Amino acid sequence: MSEPRKFHSVGTRPIRHDGLDKVTGRARFGADLSLPGMLYGKVLRSSHAHAHIRRIDPRPALQLEGVRAVITSADRPEIPSEHGTGGEGGPVDFRDLSRNVLARDKVLYHGHPVAAVAATNPRIAEEALGRIEVDYEILRPVLDVEAAMAPDAPLLHDDLYTRGVDPRPETPSNVAARIVIERGDTEKGFAEADVVIEREYRTETVHQGYIEPHAAVASTAEDGQSVLWCCTQGPFLVRSFCSKVLQLPISQIKVIPSEIGGGFGGKTTVYVEPLAILLSRRAGRPVKLVMDREEVFRATGPTSATSIRVRMGARKDGTIAAVKVRLVYAAGAFPGSPVVPGAMTMLAPYQLENVRIEGYDVVVNKPKTNAYRAPGSSMAAFAAESALDEIAQELALDPLELRLRNAVRTGSQAVYGPTFKAIGFVETLEAARNHPHYRAPLAPNQGRGVACGFWFNAGMQSTAAVNLTEDGSAVVVSGCPDIGGSRVSLALMAAEELGIPVERVRPVVADTETIGYNDVTGGSRVTFATGMAVIEATRDVVRQLCKRAALIWEVPVEQVEWREGEAHCRNGEAKDPLSLREIVRQAVRTGGPISGQASLTARGAGPGFGTHICDTEIDPDTGRVQVVRYTAVQDVGKAVHPSYVEGQLQGGVAQGIGWALNEEFVYDENGVLLNAGFLDYRIPVASDLPMIDTVLVEVPNPSHPHGVRGVGEVPIVPPLAAVANALFRATGVRFYRVPMSPPRVLEGLQSRK
Amino acid sequence: MARKSHVSTIVNGEPIEFLCDPPQTLLEVLREELQLTGTKEGCGTGDCGACTITLDGRLACACLVLAVEAEGRSIGTVEGIASGEHLHPLQKKFLEEAALQCGVCTPGLLVAAKALLDRNPQPTEQEVRYALAGNLCRCTGYDKVVRAVLDAAVEIGGESP
Amino acid sequence: MATIFFPKSFQAQTGGIDQVEVEALDIRGVFRALEARFPALGDRLRGGIAVAIDGEIVNDPLLEPVGPDSQIHFLPPISGG
Ligand code: FES
Ligand code: FES
Repeated sequence: MSEPRKFHSVGTRPIRHDGLDKVTGRARFGADLSLPGMLYGKVLRSSHAHAHIRRIDPRPALQLEGVRAVITSADRPEIPSEHGTGGEGGPVDFRDLSRNVLARDKVLYHGHPVAAVAATNPRIAEEALGRIEVDYEILRPVLDVEAAMAPDAPLLHDDLYTRGVDPRPETPSNVAARIVIERGDTEKGFAEADVVIEREYRTETVHQGYIEPHAAVASTAEDGQSVLWCCTQGPFLVRSFCSKVLQLPISQIKVIPSEIGGGFGGKTTVYVEPLAILLSRRAGRPVKLVMDREEVFRATGPTSATSIRVRMGARKDGTIAAVKVRLVYAAGAFPGSPVVPGAMTMLAPYQLENVRIEGYDVVVNKPKTNAYRAPGSSMAAFAAESALDEIAQELALDPLELRLRNAVRTGSQAVYGPTFKAIGFVETLEAARNHPHYRAPLAPNQGRGVACGFWFNAGMQSTAAVNLTEDGSAVVVSGCPDIGGSRVSLALMAAEELGIPVERVRPVVADTETIGYNDVTGGSRVTFATGMAVIEATRDVVRQLCKRAALIWEVPVEQVEWREGEAHCRNGEAKDPLSLREIVRQAVRTGGPISGQASLTARGAGPGFGTHICDTEIDPDTGRVQVVRYTAVQDVGKAVHPSYVEGQLQGGVAQGIGWALNEEFVYDENGVLLNAGFLDYRIPVASDLPMIDTVLVEVPNPSHPHGVRGVGEVPIVPPLAAVANALFRATGVRFYRVPMSPPRVLEGLQSRK
Repeated sequence: MARKSHVSTIVNGEPIEFLCDPPQTLLEVLREELQLTGTKEGCGTGDCGACTITLDGRLACACLVLAVEAEGRSIGTVEGIASGEHLHPLQKKFLEEAALQCGVCTPGLLVAAKALLDRNPQPTEQEVRYALAGNLCRCTGYDKVVRAVLDAAVEIGGESP
Repeated sequence: MATIFFPKSFQAQTGGIDQVEVEALDIRGVFRALEARFPALGDRLRGGIAVAIDGEIVNDPLLEPVGPDSQIHFLPPISGG
């Protein structure tokens, strides 16, 4: 993309096509489908955090009137360890997945499913759960991530040997993997540093907190095909995961994605979906299986609690001389925390010569973690960006200036290896420095902090189809559930290429049998990668339109040009342009219906950077911290629908503020989650937050025809540190642990006296 | 099996009768028996506001109301906010200003926001924030929601003489 | 010749070598050349990885073209929430 392209549709703010259904209550989400003869399923969950299952007897439940099926892991094939690609693109072991869906001989967290029932109504199903007899041999649980690494810690898996250490350890442990990223010579770097700090940070387990609980409705036909309706970020992923867990051929499963009420990474795996299918196959009736909120909190993937140690040294001029990091991430019951992306992203915004990052993936008796928006990065950035703030303080440098002196630019080498193509990090720092917010006066008890964040953004596989209708409008078909306005963005890109108003483009999300394969909606990839597929498919349609025009005009196709929704003839003859409508009207005589399709593995996802400014105000009597002003600056490549881009930034920031100030899973010593509800797991409400200002910096991504880069992940990365840095400047107290909840803040304030 | 109870109510202005089990919540009956699935369940414990309805004009969490309690009362749900083909100004502003992302909180927010504007046609930003504090939205950070409500208030104010 | 950089985690299989140059037109060619030279790397190259070709990250690559001056880094697969 040499010179900035002029767009007519991309960059505008039309009303989203699916909006009407969503403001009138017509839109159908996961739990909104009912089928004739449908049964209701419920899941029996472990009442212990760590135990052997000696015996399960489902028979008493089956005797209850109205109960139609009971399943335990005895009803399911045992599957061998097999690694595949998970929803978050990270590795998944299907044996672990299968055991997470339904425990086999051991339960590994409080809430781990052990059986499921289907009955004619939810109350009978609930009663039936109480009749299933489970005999447990209770084991000591381990919850804290550092404690789980101790040599005498209770073992979750006796066949887990740490990967990434040479030679392979001889005894199993709770440490699933160790990774190292290293460059230069940190000892030499520290020797050259004028200031060196060493700090320890802690973050707690937090949940994505989507408002819609997981829900699935399965029905099975006489030919053995199960049709599953569910709310998921990845219908194709659900199909393949269910096929693995149930050992059914892919062709026996069809997934229809419902509207989805939030996911943030949390709906990129399966929980109730295979159970609903199995129950429906057992009972020969449709089965609806919906989690309640408590189940969502107890048993679906949150993100890791972490323990992070940072040693950072800098020279007087502010250049970072060396950084040494130890990251320990709790994976929950099975390996697979986001420590790898945590390690890769933590210092990605900076040019570093001497760095060593060591990361550990550790299992504990909590639910298996799942992706959460920029997985692993927020905690790592909390540590890195807090440490940078302390360095700036010590060197009496403006914190944005310190970052500018170390910032990566186009052509810089990323800490994880490759060099960056066109990126806009410096632009975000400069925009933040020039923003009126940065110089606005502060009131007493207020402080201002800044922090930055990075995310790779994903490409992966997408398929899209574009079909022209008889009246000259277009239908854009994709297979990626729309979680926050992606349909309208895809429609805008198609409208751009066709040169017609976006109102004449209908975007739809298809099921797994109506469109080719698509990876999950996640990693900020849909507008980028599926958008690319839509553009390719639309360009194919435009080529066909030109060909049809050439046939109508009886001229060579080279003489036809597509402009503003019309074919123009360039051979000198005065021919009136042919509109899309007109060409379609004649399609029956020129070769039939016009449609295009594209399938691709998208490469060249442009990395995203953000810089945030946060003002907090502290109530010195209660320790309550209020964010009073917030500005998020981000390089978004090209904002296809700016309102939804702003919305991504605002939503990510709000989640980050909740993480910084309130949210944490609180467990008792037996591993029972004490705050499994929205009353006690307190996500931000409207009165907790200010308006969240956004600044969209647009440095086009050269690898995307419209310059798009992913935007959804980056905004959750900086807020933890931005809030902590602001709080330090308001109080003079540095907080190394989130959440900075009122009791912790009060304690910190008292230590100051 | 326990006998079903017979309940007569008015839903969005229309008389409706249904049979229910005594322990069933109004939320379950609205969704599973009457197929009015616009009212959502986010928690079932009165903490998220996704199930917000009006009961005789006052806001209630349908998950905390027993279906039998609806006897003789008038229920308002998101399905009743638009009048026929005409969207309520709140619905229009939510669409124009992108006040929804996933949209699962939207029905509850609309019902709560309408109740606010019905009793306080010109709320301040702070009043809007407090009035909606019982309605969780995890996607938007509330910025665009609050703006949409404030702008709808202006539009409604402009319409009436 | 394209330059291939090995992360620490690969260097057990490459005998501590952290970068090599190979002649190849695409990633398949790169992998073949690497496997010929470092047989122990074979398993790692067969799935579950991503590469960055001149800064562009690709999960599970095979046919992606490689230029004469390309720089190739190995990464774990990346996606997100
Ligand atoms: S479902 Fe009623 S308040 Fe959450
Ligand atoms: S728009 Fe998703 S919860 Fe509000």
